[in-house]
Parts: sequence; C-alpha cells; structure tokens
Amino acid sequence: MKSYQPSRIVITGVGLTAPNGNSLPEFRRNLLDGVAGVERIDVRYMGQQLAGVCHYDPLKYQKKKEVRVGTRAGSIAIYCAREALADSKVAFDALPKDRIGIYIGCTEHGNVETENEVHNISKFNYDTKFWSHYHNPRTVANNPAGETSLNLGITGPAYTIGAACAAGNLGLIHASQMLRLGEVDFAICGGVSESIHTFGIFAGFKSQNALATHEDPKKASRPFDKARNGIVISEGGCLYTLERLEDALARSAKIYGEIAGYHVNSDASDYVLPNPVRQAECVQSALRRAGLAASDIHIVNTHATATPLGDIQECEAIRSVFGTGCPDTHINNTKSFIGHAMGAAGALELAGNLPSFDDLTVHASINVDDLDPACALPGLVLNQPRKVAKVDTILNNSFGMLGINSTLIVRRFVP
Amino acid sequence: MTKDECKKVVLDIIADIAPDEDLSNVKPDVRLRDQLQLDSMDFLDIVMELRKRHGIEVPEADYMQLASLDSCAEYLTPKFNALAAKG
Repeated sequence: MKSYQPSRIVITGVGLTAPNGNSLPEFRRNLLDGVAGVERIDVRYMGQQLAGVCHYDPLKYQKKKEVRVGTRAGSIAIYCAREALADSKVAFDALPKDRIGIYIGCTEHGNVETENEVHNISKFNYDTKFWSHYHNPRTVANNPAGETSLNLGITGPAYTIGAACAAGNLGLIHASQMLRLGEVDFAICGGVSESIHTFGIFAGFKSQNALATHEDPKKASRPFDKARNGIVISEGGCLYTLERLEDALARSAKIYGEIAGYHVNSDASDYVLPNPVRQAECVQSALRRAGLAASDIHIVNTHATATPLGDIQECEAIRSVFGTGCPDTHINNTKSFIGHAMGAAGALELAGNLPSFDDLTVHASINVDDLDPACALPGLVLNQPRKVAKVDTILNNSFGMLGINSTLIVRRFVP
Repeated sequence: MTKDECKKVVLDIIADIAPDEDLSNVKPDVRLRDQLQLDSMDFLDIVMELRKRHGIEVPEADYMQLASLDSCAEYLTPKFNALAAKG
C-alpha cells in the first residue's frame, strides 16, 4: 500500500513592510548594511517612546476611504498581500477566488481601536452616543484578514490566528496545513501588527520593566548585549504566497524556499516567563519533523527580544539543542534592527533571512557592544554580516506570552 | 443659517467621510447615493458628524430626510437655526 506523502509546500512570493524597508530587497539591503529602523514617537498618555514605525504608502493599494474606515493592521495586511501577489507573478485575476485562503497571525487586535474610541468619547463626557459605529468591524479579531479579503475580492477562508508573538510563524504553518488538506489551492499568510498605536502595550511592557530605553533609538534594541534593557515595540507586516509544489512548478514560479518542518507547543508554566525546556522541545520536534539533525541547520534566527531574562532562556534552549557540535550553524537576530514587530515578527524575521539562500550571507545581530556571556552561543553572528560556505536551511524561532512556542524550518528548494 | 450654508456644512462632512469622491458637481435635487459612493455606514457617519460637530440630532426615523442636499437643507436648516436661537 502506498504511504501518504503530504504535498510539498513552497514560498513563491513575499510582501512586507518593516521599520527599515517596504520590500524584501530594501529590507535585506538594510539588514546587511546595519541600518536599524527605530525612532521616537508620541504615545498617548506616555509621551515620547521608542518604536519601529513603517513608512509604506497606504494609498498604493487602498482608497482614502478604506484607510479612514479600516484599521492600521488591515492596511498593513492589504499592502503586504498585494506586494506578495505582485512578487509571486501569479495570474491573480485567473485564480478562483474561493480557493484562496488568507491566514494572518496577530499578537492582539482591537486595542488600538478601542483606546481611540474611549479617547474620543472622553471629549464628550463619556457619552456613548459618540462611540463609532465602525468600532465592531474594526475590532473583530479577523479584521486584518477580512479587510484583505474585501480589498482583493477573495471569497475563500480569511481569518486571523491569535498566537501572541509566535503568530507570524503560525500564519505560515496554518497555511501549509490548509494547502496540504486541500482546503485551498493558494494561500496568503504570515503576520501583521499595529501595536505601536496602542498605549496599553507600551504601558504594559513598562509595568513589566520590559520596555527598552536608550538615548540613541537605533541602538535601543540590543538582544544579547549586556546592557539590553527591554523590548522596542514595532509595527509591521509580512505576508507570503504559499503553494503546493506542483502548482508552483506548473506556472514556473520563482521558489524562495520549501517549508521543511515546523512545530508548535506550549510551556504550560507561566503567563509571561519563557520556558527553555519547552522551547528546546519545540525546536527538536521541528527538526525531527523536517527529518534534519541540528547540525543540518545553517541559520537559526532567534526570537530574542532583548529582555534580560528572555534572551538567556532562549540561548539556554538553543545551546541544549545545538551544543558545540554544529560548526555550520550560524545564529542571528532581526529584532536588533527593527524591534519587536509582535504578530509580524516571525514572518518578517524569516523574510529577512530568505535571501541567504542566494547570497550565502548571514545578516548579523547588531548593537552587541558587550556580549552577555550567558548569550555567547557558538555561531552567533555579531554586528557584521558573515559570508558562509553553505545556506540550505533556516530555522526560525518565534515565542509568545502564555507560553506559545513555534519553530519553522525552511530549506533551499531542490526539485 | 441659510439653506445654502446648510448644504455646505453637509458637503464638508461628506468631503471628510468620502475623501475619494469629487464633490464639485453634486446635484442638490438628486439622491446622494445615486451620484456618490455612499453606503449605509456613511450615512451613519453623517449623522455622527452632525452630532459631534454641530450638536444636531437626527433620529433614526428621520434618516430619509438626508437623502439629497436639498432635503438635507430643508430638514437641517431649521434645526441649526433653532440651536442658534437657543444660544
């Protein structure tokens, strides 16, 4: 009897907006050139704070009214989806729209819009008759995916996946599963975040003593550095087009890489504190499912957010999996450039590394002036990009609050 | 307030809620929905902005009075003037 062979899933398009780039080529160039994208913004009730801000043009793909009625997360999702579709060069008009799925990871959604409405009615003595009739469509959890389906006329399943800061990876993982199940024939997936527009996220991290401060915004996000003092919150988005291999080959699509394996698990141990044992189990399971050994991985993109404890714990997890016997494994961090893009983080950070398959260069973790010995992993690429002999595999970690862990492995496409 | 001034108030609101629309040739006697891309949520916006900006209340039963610029002026001008008279 023939054993079941799941379809091979490949990445055929990338659309993104990051605090340091509005396309993959621009983002990648800045990651290799050491260009960070953190600046000061005014946050309601809190004054000047550090944040990663995206500077894409919303009107490239939306009418002014869509921007006014919709949300920032919806706008980011639409921009990324349209850019990914253009990049994929798929004949979109010819695709059956009911066979396209939209799966977008979000850390949170609705805080921005709710805070704005409360602020609005505060000017009217908290009279709720001034509360917007757009509040509900703006704050439903599926908003960014729903706005994307409206903008593109996609009638297949379109929803978000709430998975804290692991959500970007979850978007890709879920899309792969839906393609393999035959639920859809084409997927737009990844993650988005509008979190810099809610003071609550800033205030929450500040109350946790986990909000980064630095006199130079571009040096504020410094994972693995001894002087790291917390998270730089960012907005952003990164959506991919995913297809079954046979469909991508049939239309001679450019293939960025193949989904090799993944795993998602839960700490079940704390609301906010990471659990390195569960993180290591997540990485190990993803490796096993990909049929790879730790030494087969050429790039590990860390989740590290620059909190004093979290970085050490992730390093402990990575050390337990990769040890010292993986001379071809290089380890980096993208948040050092763009801060923590929350639900978009996993998807953006993977994108920043995909070009390594072509240029055989590993982008660095920047802002490491004084490496924390507890984070001194073998293979860590610090401050300057590194040319390497081989990049066939990228392992992307994304972890989130309430103990959700995700690991996604992408490999160079080989027919 | 004159009826023409009232129409300008309504047009200023529409300019904000439907920023992609060309409002230079809006026919006052034609239904707004027949000449502009406005949906039911946009009309709720007009009602909300009248409330926020001018303190004018339009009960749901009277929404149909906002169909055209002319009908807006007929319905709203007395309300604006009554409000002004109150000081």
